[in-house]
Amino acid sequence: MEVKLKVLRYDPESGKEPEYRRYTVDMPESATVLDSLIEVREFHDGTLSLRCSCRSAICGSCAMRINGRARLACKTQVSSVAEDGEEIVVEPAGNMPTIKDLVVDMAPFWDKIRAVKPWLQPSGPPPEREYLAPPQAMIELAEVMNCIMCGACVSDCTVLEVDKSFLAPAALAKAWRFVHDPRDGNTAARLRELSEPSGIWDCTRCNFCVQVCPKDVKPMDQIMKLRAEATAIGITNNAGSRHTFAFTSTVKEGGRLNEFQMLPRTHGLLNIAANLAELPGGIRMIRAGKMPSPFTHKIPGAAHVKRIFKRFEHAKV
Amino acid sequence: MAVYQHDVLIIGAGLAGMRAAIAAQLEGADVAIISKVHPVRSHSNAAQGGINAALGEDDSWEEHAFDTVKGSDYLGDQDAIEVLCREAGPALIELERMGVIFHREESGRLGSRSFGGASKARTYFVGDITGQAILHVLYEQLIKHGLRVYEEWFVTDLIVEDAVCKGAVAMEIRTGNVHVIAAKSTIIATGGLGRMYEPSTNALICTGDGISLAYRIGAPIIDMEMVQFHPTTLKGSGVLITEGARSEGGYLLNSEGERFMSKYAPNMMELASRDVVSRAEQTEINEGRGVDGCVLLDLRHLGEERVRERLWQIREIGIDFAGVDLVKEPIPVRPGVHYIMGGVKTDIDGKTPLEGLYAAGEAACVSVHGANRLGANSLLDTVVFGRRSGVATAERARSVMGWTPPSDRYAEETKRKLQAFLDRPLNGDRVAKIRLDMGNMMSELVGVFRTEEQLRLAVERMKDIRARYEKVGVENKGKVFNTDLLFAIELGFMIDCAEMTCVSAVARKESRGAHYRTDFPQRDDANFLKHIACTYSPEGPQLSEMPVTITRWQPQERKY
Repeated sequence: MEVKLKVLRYDPESGKEPEYRRYTVDMPESATVLDSLIEVREFHDGTLSLRCSCRSAICGSCAMRINGRARLACKTQVSSVAEDGEEIVVEPAGNMPTIKDLVVDMAPFWDKIRAVKPWLQPSGPPPEREYLAPPQAMIELAEVMNCIMCGACVSDCTVLEVDKSFLAPAALAKAWRFVHDPRDGNTAARLRELSEPSGIWDCTRCNFCVQVCPKDVKPMDQIMKLRAEATAIGITNNAGSRHTFAFTSTVKEGGRLNEFQMLPRTHGLLNIAANLAELPGGIRMIRAGKMPSPFTHKIPGAAHVKRIFKRFEHAKV
Repeated sequence: MAVYQHDVLIIGAGLAGMRAAIAAQLEGADVAIISKVHPVRSHSNAAQGGINAALGEDDSWEEHAFDTVKGSDYLGDQDAIEVLCREAGPALIELERMGVIFHREESGRLGSRSFGGASKARTYFVGDITGQAILHVLYEQLIKHGLRVYEEWFVTDLIVEDAVCKGAVAMEIRTGNVHVIAAKSTIIATGGLGRMYEPSTNALICTGDGISLAYRIGAPIIDMEMVQFHPTTLKGSGVLITEGARSEGGYLLNSEGERFMSKYAPNMMELASRDVVSRAEQTEINEGRGVDGCVLLDLRHLGEERVRERLWQIREIGIDFAGVDLVKEPIPVRPGVHYIMGGVKTDIDGKTPLEGLYAAGEAACVSVHGANRLGANSLLDTVVFGRRSGVATAERARSVMGWTPPSDRYAEETKRKLQAFLDRPLNGDRVAKIRLDMGNMMSELVGVFRTEEQLRLAVERMKDIRARYEKVGVENKGKVFNTDLLFAIELGFMIDCAEMTCVSAVARKESRGAHYRTDFPQRDDANFLKHIACTYSPEGPQLSEMPVTITRWQPQERKY
């Protein structure tokens, strides 16, 4: 079959801006995007650079944007992205600087992995043989150990796009792997650090990381588990946690979200500096007519909502 | 004076390299790893099924050692196999304590599965991602210990002065700059060379770099005719389908729906050693009982839940790369090139006969695998001999006297060599074309079944391949991430290795383990219970012999 590729090329030595180049290659029906790119590189244009190695979604080298979305090129069948022989747009992964063509600089990615202290920290002396651990716990951890560090989630993370300091999905999923490991003795300290700014509370739950992950690691789900675990052991003295509590308590009280109260409750009413810092955004909202009313009324079924909360809280115990 | 200098330089960041680095650093040495890819991209990732250790109450290291000796068809060195199997338990426990999430029994203790050629269930595993699960944990340890990694640096040459290896010359892939990295000891941990065949289970990076680098500076390379064909590689791309599939109960079927292994290995069936199963499959295919050049691996009877818990990755591989869900249909598989038993000759501490040079993992030949490696012994080999070579090199750093670092002129020499390559005119031939021609030729002529005629033809063909290689040019002339140039250098490494494989295979006129000669179908202990060694000469590999060490297990007939 004929495969049409439109590849974003960039060569820092040329002094030119990135530009698209088109290639057409003849491939077998079962070909992947990676097979096609390799065909280009080996037989059409040796100047094309990309990383790839295992060809089987294990090494994590070939994450890139295919038709605008982060994917492993080796795991993407041509037929799945260009059913009727359309042109396939191939670009380097996002949120990381490009070195050349489809090769990106993953140093910031690895810095964040390192930042979560990603090694087992057992407490006390080691046992005589292996640590005893429930089989189910190990199976649960395998979901995250399945991560191949390809960076697809980081490429398409919408928070990272606006805040480079965010630890981002891969590192946080990795962190969950230790928090959840029955052999690790440092859970509370880990959760405290992860609750700091740029950590678990900065995720906006856009779910992109879950959608693009080629290994079904579900990074966002792991971040949500970390939030729950941090909250459960009382690590609540942070903006993210207060925001969550403010959210639930206004709904519980009035049956609806009181947006006006969110900011002061999140930062704390007396945290003048943090509240003042939100002022410009607030002024823009007023101008755009988006400022929520400070006076919200209880919805007619508020008592019913309260009962739902009660029943839920009761069920939890 | 070299800018970069270390006590220990480790080339390769897979399991062997990282384990060596951690050991050497704990022993107080100044260590650095150099790797052409980021450590977690290493091919150890692809090991699926598990790692062997005789930890069970009904098991012993002696039984593991005997199975390994028998598996090796008596070509393995028994002193080395004893070390491998004695140290297996502690090595495995150590990995567990580092954080590997090995499969557990209900009691919380480690749980095992049975692997091919093993008399006991002694393969410990993480689903079918064992290699990946261990590789990532060793990388975690690398971070913990703050180890230096020259990441995406490509070693082009080893430096040898007065018959002592003094480090390496390497190109920083991102900038194209070439540097000397001086080291009192250098450990080759570059893995295998599967890409010299087409197809192969091996990743694109498995190009025999370290074996060739060592060969070029005079280190002996042994057992290169011993190439393992894995019985279950996926139709088409040749991606690995773990032996774990059979150890969990999978059947091999021919076109008549018959479990044909009953004819070849009535006792062990699908779990006979890999050479035996691969030959059985190839025989079925050759005799017309295959299905499109494959046989079928049937896992339907295992049930979806067991697959989800233990074989999730190969299910995904089947769906993504062959469009087959193994829960619902049998998957087409065939024997494919998977592993090189041979490599750089070392002693049990990773030391090669060349002072300052060490090797560990697949690139090395201790030799614990002999003529056929047992499944799940390769991961074990990497951590046991990785650790031992790390300790030995740290010891050398402490004891070596009067060591002087090499000069920077080696970098200049390499730069000239690379420039000469870049300056070659394009002649219409291509590096990729030469590799493909070589790979196809190797698969056709140096495969599961071999004859004198085929092997001699292969030796001749390799001369053409080399002649073409010496004239081929590269298209990309840039400095930044010039993979075109890297592939050209890698092809040179593979050609060295393929030549060694071909000439060694001609020399071994018997059938032993993975090396099966239809013209000499019997094992011939009287003439060939020995290693065949290759040493470099400008005319091609020079052959010699090395004895096989036998401690307590005398050769006997091998049946499964």
